[in-house]
Amino acid sequence: MEKGGLHPMIIVGVVLAALLTIAPGLIWLERRMLALWQDRYGPNRAGPFGVLIVLADTIKLFFKEDWIPPFADKFVFVVAPAIVAITVLMSFVVVPFAPGFVVSNINIGILFFLAMSSMGAYSIILGGWASNNKYSLLGAMRGAAQMISYEVFMGLSLMGVVLMAGSFNLQDIVYAQRGLWFVVPQFLGFVIFFIAGIAETHRLPFDIPEAESELVAGFHSEYSGMKFGLFFVGEYLGITLISAVTVALFFGGWLGPAFLPPVAWFALKTFAFIAFFILLRAALPRPRYDQLMEFGWKILFPLTLVNLLATATILLWMES
Amino acid sequence: MEKPFDPTEQLVLKFGDIFTRQTTKDDMLTLWLPLERLKEVLFFCKNDLRPTYKFLYDLTAIDERPRKREPDYPSEQFTLVYHLYSYDGNQFLRFKIALKENALSAPSITSFWANANWYEREVYDMFGIRFEGHPHLTRILMPLTWEGHPLRKEHPARATEMGPFRLWDEKQDREQHALQFLPEDWGLQRHSEDSDFMFLNIGPQHPGTHGVIRLVLQLDGEDIVDIVPDIGFHHRGSEKMAERQSWHTYIPYTDRIDYLGGVNNNLAYLLSIEKLAGIEVPERVKVIRVMMCELFRIASHLVWYGTFAQDVGQLSPVFYMFTDRERVFDIVEAITGGRMHPNWFRIGGVAQDLPIGWEKLVKDFLNYFPKRLKEYDNLVMRNSLFKARTVGIGIFTTEEAIEWGVTGAGLRACGLEWDFRKKQPYSGYENFEFDIPTGENGDCYDRARVRVEEMRQSLRIIQQCMENMPEGSYKADHPLTTPPIKKHTMKDIETLITHFLGVSWGPVIPAGEAMVCTEATKGANSYYAISDGNTSPYRMRIRTPSFAHMQTVPYISKGYTVADLLSILGAMDYVLADIDR
Repeated sequence: MEKGGLHPMIIVGVVLAALLTIAPGLIWLERRMLALWQDRYGPNRAGPFGVLIVLADTIKLFFKEDWIPPFADKFVFVVAPAIVAITVLMSFVVVPFAPGFVVSNINIGILFFLAMSSMGAYSIILGGWASNNKYSLLGAMRGAAQMISYEVFMGLSLMGVVLMAGSFNLQDIVYAQRGLWFVVPQFLGFVIFFIAGIAETHRLPFDIPEAESELVAGFHSEYSGMKFGLFFVGEYLGITLISAVTVALFFGGWLGPAFLPPVAWFALKTFAFIAFFILLRAALPRPRYDQLMEFGWKILFPLTLVNLLATATILLWMES
Repeated sequence: MEKPFDPTEQLVLKFGDIFTRQTTKDDMLTLWLPLERLKEVLFFCKNDLRPTYKFLYDLTAIDERPRKREPDYPSEQFTLVYHLYSYDGNQFLRFKIALKENALSAPSITSFWANANWYEREVYDMFGIRFEGHPHLTRILMPLTWEGHPLRKEHPARATEMGPFRLWDEKQDREQHALQFLPEDWGLQRHSEDSDFMFLNIGPQHPGTHGVIRLVLQLDGEDIVDIVPDIGFHHRGSEKMAERQSWHTYIPYTDRIDYLGGVNNNLAYLLSIEKLAGIEVPERVKVIRVMMCELFRIASHLVWYGTFAQDVGQLSPVFYMFTDRERVFDIVEAITGGRMHPNWFRIGGVAQDLPIGWEKLVKDFLNYFPKRLKEYDNLVMRNSLFKARTVGIGIFTTEEAIEWGVTGAGLRACGLEWDFRKKQPYSGYENFEFDIPTGENGDCYDRARVRVEEMRQSLRIIQQCMENMPEGSYKADHPLTTPPIKKHTMKDIETLITHFLGVSWGPVIPAGEAMVCTEATKGANSYYAISDGNTSPYRMRIRTPSFAHMQTVPYISKGYTVADLLSILGAMDYVLADIDR
């Protein structure tokens, strides 16, 4: 633990409270921003600018009948949505929001993050499988293939950063960017990481496991009420996570001119990426599942390797 | 148009003097032939006649039993009607076959005409006429449990003639059971050598089908092995309804056939009626009609454009395009008072004259819309992900398109420059300058490109309408114009009586039959109207493009994936009401 830091439990409380406010806030934000880009109003009735729409939705979800299809595998069906929320929240444990403001400053932060996001794939696979529905099954199969493949590039794309910082600890990585943000030397790594991040959060254009116009709602077709709500919140937490990690790894984390406190810098940068996520959703169609896999294995994979190799070579050359 | 070529001589030379000629109001060559020669004559027409009649345009039947017939009319009980079309000769050919009630069966032509399949099933469903040798002769539009054949004259047309509806448990079970899909019924395997197939219902309720249709997919992983479309969920019996509506009061029903096409439906219907009645409409009416039709073509294509983009996962375009469609509807509303279903064309004219200031509305739109189209090109057509999802998907060739009865943008995307507005001009289309956009590859992307270009051409036509709107009356001066012109009614008793009858009964359209083929928003659309000299149609056959297009889906989708199927459906631009009627 960082000396002189806050008590970890306080940090956990603050982070959890912040995240659980941000995720619903994002839902509102996304709907308003999409509306803005699509020449319509979006939610504007409940509360000022419609901000209370999420509250209304949550109340609705809580009071909905908590229906479990009789043909589903009950236990797995119930557990699956919890997995997504838990794994994403756990990942935040290693994200440094400001100097010393991190729940657990472990020295294998990146590995922990990758492990947790891999675990997230289980929620899709199990949820789709347990639903015992053909659409869910197709969605789950797509999801499994997509997430496991993109896991590979995601991990590899970060290795350049790890090499440059010489650490798996996210806080150290942020400190290592004091001179120059890693986005400059590791631009390729950043692009690949971000693309893989979209695939990991299965957001449009890579929302292939859900693919509304093809698979109705894909892996979560059978979910309703708060179980669906957990998938939903999990998705938005996922966006926040990927954005936060991108900021920490490539955009200098909390670093920035002193007129704003570090946390504010971190939040601002993260927000910019979240907005970019939403813009992508407004702009792009979705590729076909096999095209996505092809893109991954034939383009991204070689590129990550080249990036890793080049980074390693240059670092070794500079040292010698 | 050049003088139509008459293939009768060739036919007589080949088959002997077995044909009886019938004159119809639409001047279409109509030949009666004996049932036993049906198959060989049709085969000859398709393959050896010069010019060849490659396109089975329509196949339907007529229940002739209560009809007031001419003494020399060759059929007394049932008649089969085949409409063939020749792209080489640019003309139609109509064959009729008389059938006896106690022997309602005919040879199937599915063995050499792929698209006869669904048409024969429809005739079986509606009239109970069996087709020997048909691979799967079951009901297509009505539920499998239906009793009776709806287009027979003894079948009731109104719910009130059928007694109250009841659904007891056993009946519900029976209906449910009938909906269950059994692959064996369709000759589909449940397993291949190395895998089990999955059968997936797309629809009847599905976000990607744009309406109630059920496509049963036979899947090997995500690859489509075969598809069985199940249509009829949107069937409302439009053809049957025509038989109890007056000629005039049927117009609003036509609006709802292709419900995105609006007045295009009215036009197809009225052209046939006006042929029957012998009404020649004034120039102003023609130009007004053309203008409205083209506005609706744009409106319909915009819906297609947006929903197609949505089908491949692009969220935003549909909002822009529906907003622009509202602008079209603003014009439509100012002119007709209605929006999607304006019900505004009338027998012999249109409902009202154009309102003061219509030019400004149209001009504003003409100035506004091209810029938007350019924007949409950047947003959708040039988007590489959109291309990845549509280029090379759902390919068919011109020959296949003709074999399956594909018309409209789907046909043009194969490279055949064919548009009925140009090739068989109606309502004065010959006076307008516009191009027929075509594609090369016959894939989903080309179909999209053709439609986008068509919107630009429609703008050109609208511009010409606006600049050259003739003066004159908005109604033909003809006794059958409905509502009739009232000018002389207070001075002349005969005109008063005609007017009174025309308003109270509706017009009495002289006996005869006529069909005019129009280029509707989705392809070739026509109303084959048969009158026996009454206040309502004796039979009204509606040939819609979407019916034929939907029939091609299994053929063109095999080997693609589920995601591709959505591209294929999206690019097809069908409307469920246009399939089921």
